[in-house]
This record gives sequence, structure tokens and C-alpha cells, in this order.
Amino acid sequence: MTKTSQPKSHASKADSSNDLAVTGADAVLRVLEDLGVEVIFGYPGGAVLPIYDALFKRNSIRHILVRHEQAAVHAAEGYARSTGKVGVVLVTSGPGATNAVTGLTDALMDSIPILCLTGQVPTHLIGNDAFQEADTVGITRPCTKHNYLVKQAENLVPVLYEAFHVASSGRPGPVVVDLPKDIQFAEIDMGQVEPAKTKAVSRYRPVMTPDADAIRQAADMITSASRPIIYGGGGIINSGDEASEHLRELVALTGFPTTLTLMGLGVLPSEDKHFLGMLGMHGTYEANMSMYHCDVMLNVGARFDDRVTGLTSGFSPHSQKIHIDIDKSSINKNIRVDLGIVGDAGIALKMLVDEVKKRKAAIKKDALSEWWKKIEEWRAVRCLEYNQTGDIIKPQYAIHRLWQKCKDNDVYVTTEVGQHQMWAAQYFGFNAPKRWMTSGGLGTMGYGLPAAMGVQIGNPGKTVIDIAGEASFMMNMQELSTIAQYQLPVKIFIINNEWMGMVRQWQELIHGGRYSESYSASLPDFQKLADCFGMKGLVAKVTDDLDPVIDEMLGTDGPVLVDVRVAKEENCFPMIPSGATHNQMLLGPNDKAAKPVSEEGMVLV
Amino acid sequence: MSQHMNNDEVRHTLSILVDNEPGVLARVIGLFSGRGYNIESLTVAGVDETKNLSRISIVTRGTPMVIEQVKAQLDRIVPVHMVRDLTQQGLHIERELALIKVVNKGEARIEALRIADTFRANTLDSTLESFVFEVTGSSSKISAFVELMRSLGHVEVSRTGVSAISRGLNVDMPIRTQNETKD
Ligand SMILES: Cc1ncc(C[n+]2csc(CCOP(=O)(O)OP(=O)(O)O)c2C)c(N)n1
Repeated sequence: MTKTSQPKSHASKADSSNDLAVTGADAVLRVLEDLGVEVIFGYPGGAVLPIYDALFKRNSIRHILVRHEQAAVHAAEGYARSTGKVGVVLVTSGPGATNAVTGLTDALMDSIPILCLTGQVPTHLIGNDAFQEADTVGITRPCTKHNYLVKQAENLVPVLYEAFHVASSGRPGPVVVDLPKDIQFAEIDMGQVEPAKTKAVSRYRPVMTPDADAIRQAADMITSASRPIIYGGGGIINSGDEASEHLRELVALTGFPTTLTLMGLGVLPSEDKHFLGMLGMHGTYEANMSMYHCDVMLNVGARFDDRVTGLTSGFSPHSQKIHIDIDKSSINKNIRVDLGIVGDAGIALKMLVDEVKKRKAAIKKDALSEWWKKIEEWRAVRCLEYNQTGDIIKPQYAIHRLWQKCKDNDVYVTTEVGQHQMWAAQYFGFNAPKRWMTSGGLGTMGYGLPAAMGVQIGNPGKTVIDIAGEASFMMNMQELSTIAQYQLPVKIFIINNEWMGMVRQWQELIHGGRYSESYSASLPDFQKLADCFGMKGLVAKVTDDLDPVIDEMLGTDGPVLVDVRVAKEENCFPMIPSGATHNQMLLGPNDKAAKPVSEEGMVLV
Repeated sequence: MSQHMNNDEVRHTLSILVDNEPGVLARVIGLFSGRGYNIESLTVAGVDETKNLSRISIVTRGTPMVIEQVKAQLDRIVPVHMVRDLTQQGLHIERELALIKVVNKGEARIEALRIADTFRANTLDSTLESFVFEVTGSSSKISAFVELMRSLGHVEVSRTGVSAISRGLNVDMPIRTQNETKD
């Protein structure tokens, strides 16, 4: 089908008589165009210059020039998560590829479809410690769903199609394709594209449709429950919007209490009366207590993460557990379940709704209303209540106000990592899937700003807000330049407590208040920072400033950087302390003495 | 309720059919090291040239929950086509081949030959002061043979690791027969 020719003759070969013959670089773009790719997030360098040249000549796909390759991947993640499409990244060899590693790991942990193209030194130099050579497939093997090194030109097109397919199907994830420079110059016969496309999907075929018997069994189990709970996760969002609709139908049909993971927020509207709030370490009291006391648990598209379970030996001890997941390896990994069902969340939920409809009469209405009474008692604890008095802005209040001012519009929120992230999850409500982008699995500070860029590019005209901590913001703040270049109207809402707040909180609770290296010293003047990038900067210093500042931020067409000076030593509650079970939540600052963190708990992250 | 699980570690022999492509072994080994699973033995070789498939035999040890994880994790790897748990399936054969060099003199040489004979070992090489034996059998048979040789001189051992296949007429991992056409 194709031949790898010597470097010098490449260009002329590509211009040869066969008009289906193109250069490797050109083939890369043609494949991406064919796959419907609209935008690439990238950064050039020697080993990808042929592809950049092709980008320039073809002018068919938009390229967003970031300021750091990590940000390229996070931007692609934001784009992917908010649109449901694959995020595409292009970086050079060596440092370009190694800079992308954090983003790739983040995408792996949160199951985000990413196709990352990396340049590589020419094949004859691989292994020679050539300039800007890194063993990219070796380095990225554990942080990708799959990766490829294209060593033969004839493999280029098939590999690209398969890589895209692998990234986007089954449990989505990042896929790296490493492209040596000579392959980018090689002659490729585009006449062979159709067979390559067929083959691309033939090798990797994840199970989508679950076993019908298992679904019937699940329907039997949940309809005969006295204290049921639905626990939904990011898998529902990844499955597509219909999956959320089916879940909503199931909730409406059964009247079952429902909780969502950090990654699943938006699957059920935050104000739905069946919604107990997020569960887990900083989830609500009612969500965690209901998880603990339930008798049947239906987990759809969540993975019993340790931030959700607390101490696993005491996790929901009296329940029968059903787990629906597209990834068989997530089932029985952390928590042993009674019924594991492998399949796509949307398809499974649809089938389950149909089966539950047939059994609707079996639902134990009396037991269920008893159960709801119990849950209302837990709700009455009002675990998210905070006290906003005086001039000092409470971080919870800042986010709560932001939400109240956004709630009637379709806004998109990203976050960084830390207390502000948890407060955002607690106090900002979401009514639809794909509106909430946060680094859940890896907890990557510096995610939110570039992710917001990607969200904005995927959703032009929509309001996109990065709820940030000042320390996290500074991890990728070079991206202000990208935001300025493309005039992305991203709103950066910094909850500025002058501390790495989450670190400070753990030091207070677990390390005797020894605040080792967790102070955010030498902060810039954020208003001036905004100014020097040509964007609007605002500051809210006291409570009365807050509403006008939020209004001005939301009313501004361009990018805005807001510095919200908040109470410095506020802690994030409620909290399952590490090493405790999920029914042993700390509800507030006065709770901590009663239940000190155990020694085993101290070693946990 | 569902928390009560068996925490005893058990030994399982797995067969894995993979595409014979660069990096596939690194993926499998990386999975075991990255997730802290045990590898007692691992062997790999091509088994189907037309389809370009290799077969990996792995002996691992873990609790039943971990063994389930190992299999599910292996199954997720894109170039992995099939994972079979021979231990779970029941009757199967495990064989290993070993080359053992023993350097000794006098009476011990005669004893070494006698033992080699009872183990049906082949003598592949001999000098006046050494033998190289080839033994096949179960891992425990080979270990027993090595132990005996150790008491008879200086010993060097090279073992292949376990290769395994199920008994009976079930063909779990068929390779292409000669008259099958290419697709
Ligand atoms: C890249 C990275 N480095 C370190 C950490 C550990 N870490 C978790 S939260 C946190 C502090 C975050 O501070 P800030 O962004 O100001 O948010 P706050 O907790 O104050 O809301 C740190 C250092 C991390 N999550 N990511």
C-alpha cells in the first residue's frame, strides 16, 4: 500500500502522479478531517513541523496554540467533557510529550476521550538518545488507554482510525500516537482508507449491551428493596445524554433516593427532590448515611472510589449491591458486589427502566416512605449550612451567590483542585450533564483554567467559569495569554484564601496545626495581572462587593479575572476523615475533637 | 453482606492470546508491576504466524478477588484477544523445561547420572567434570531435580517457566489451520 522512502525524496514523492498519494503529515490531517475533528489543541516543535505545515496549507482544522502542553491536554479534556466529542492534542517530541503526561494521566483517571499526537525523532534515530528524543510510548504506556508508535508508513492511517476508535468507545480514555518525523514526510496512499476504517473498529469491541437476565435480576432486586439507593457516576455522562434521561426516568418511576459522585453531577438536576447531593469525603451527610443504611444499592457508572467509600471494611454493610459498568475491571475491584453487570450505562438504564415498569406494583411504597422519613431526618441536619455574618466573605457564600446568579442560565463550570473544588461541588447546582468539568481521579491543580478554554471553544457563546483556588490558578496561569489571544470570554473566579486551603485543612486536622509550606506567599495583584493580559480584573474584598462583582463579571463579554478575598481559615465540611467509615462524618469544626483521625487514617491520602 | 470474601491466596495459571506487536509484553508486565500483582512465571512465544498471535502463559498468586481483577485488567488491554484461567477451568497440563549444569567429580557424577535417569532427563553435554541435563515436567518436579543436583556439585540452572494447556478436546485458543484462507 505504501512505501517509506528516504527522507530527501519524500516531498517529491508526495507530489507524484498518483493523486491519492499524500505525505504522512497531510494524511494525518485528512484522517482527522474525516473523523469530524474541528479543533486541535497544540504546541509546535521540530518533530511535528511537517504536521504544522500541513495545518497551515490545508487550513481545515482550527488550531488553538496553548502556552504549555499540559494545558493542551486539559483544554482538550474540557472540550471533550463538555461536548461529548474526542479532544485532539498535538505536541512535539521529548519535552512536548513529557509535558503532556499529567494531562494524559488526568484523562485516564477520569475516562476522557483524548487523541494525543506526539512528534518523534525519525525512525532511524530512535534509541540513539537523539535530540528531543524520549521514549514516549514507554513513558505514556501506564497513563494511556492505549498507545502506538508508527514505524511503518503503511500503518499510519489504520493506526489513526483505530486510535480514535479506542479513545472514544467503551470506557473512554486518552490514546497517544507517536509519529516519527520521517513518517510525516513519507508517501501515503489514501486509496486504502476504507479498509483501514473497517479494520479500525474490528479489533477493539467493548461489550455495550448488558445481559438481559442480569438486568431482570437487578429489576427484581431494586423493586423488592425497602431501603434502596441509586448511586450514579461519570459513566452516565460518558454514555451520552440519553443515559441521564433514562436515569431521570428511573428515579421518577421508582421515587428512589439518588446520590451522584463528583464526576456524575448534573445527571440529575440538583434541585430534584430525590437528589441527596454528592456523596463521599465531602459529600452530604444524607447521601453518605443513606449509602450506609440502604438495603439495596444500584451503582451505575461509578467505581467505588476510595473518596466515596471511606474505610471499605465498613462500607454499606447491610446492602445488596448491584454495579453496572462498561469496564469489567471496575466491578469487584474495591467493593465486592452481589450483581455485576457489564455494559453501557445508557443501554443498561433503558433496559432497566423497561423491566422496572413491569414490576412497578412490587415497589414497597410503605417501606419506601419510612425510608424517606429517615432520610429527611438526616437532611434536617442541614450539613451544608454555613454562617455568613459580617464583612468577611465566606467561600461557601461566594460560590452559593455565584450559583444563584447563574442558575437560570446554561453555564459551564470548571474547577481547580482543593477546598474551592469541593465547595463548588456542594454549593453550585447543575441541571444537565456535561456542565461540570473537574479533575476527580487525579486531582490535578491547574486543570481548571485550560479546561475552561477547551469548554469555551466547544461551546461558543456560553458562559464558562473556572472556580479556582489562588494556588491552583498559578499552576497554569500562563494560559491567560492563550485566553487573551483567542479572546475567550472565560470567567476566572478565584476563591482567594491565601492558603493552599485543602493542605492547610489537613495540617490543621491531622498534623497539629503545623502549617508547613502551605501558605500562598507573594501572590500577584490579580487585578493588575488581568490588566497586563488585557482583560478585566475585579476584586471583591467584603461581602457587599460580592454581588456587584459577580454581576459585572457575568455581564462582561470578554474574559474576566475575579479575585474574591475570602475567609482564610475556613474548612470544608462535612468530611469523612481518612480512615473512618462513611457514616462517621465530621459535620463541622466542633466535631473534630470527638473523633480524632486514627493512625491508619493518617497514612491515607 | 457481600463483604465476606475469601482472603486466602491461590495460585492460578492463565493463558493469554495477544497480538504479536511491539510493546505487548511490556503492557502485560507493566500491568502486573503497576498494580502490585504477583508473577511467579511468565512465558511467551508466537503461536500463529498468519494471524500474528502470541500466547503468554502466566502463573500468578492472589486472593480470588485479585485473580478476578488480574483477568479483567488483562482483558482491557487492546492487543489482548483472550484470557483463559486454566486453574479455574479445571484439568490442564503445565510443563516446564529446564537446562541444568552440574560440575562435580568422582562418586557424585555417578549419582547425578542415576538421578537424571529417574527423572528422565536427557544428557545434552558432558565433560570429564560436568553434565548438562535437560528435564521437562511440572515446576515442582524440576525444583526437586535441581535440589538433588545442588547436593552433588556446583549447579547452574536455566528454566523456561510454565507453559500450559487445557486437557480434553476443547480448543480454547484455536490457531488458523493450514487450509483456512486469509481474510
Ligand atoms: C499538581 C498538584 N500538586 C499538589 C496537589 C496537592 N494539593 C491538593 S489541594 C492543594 C491546595 C490547593 O490550594 P488552592 O488552589 O489555593 O485551593 P484551596 O484549597 O485553597 O481552595 C494542594 C497543594 C495537587 N492536588 N495537585
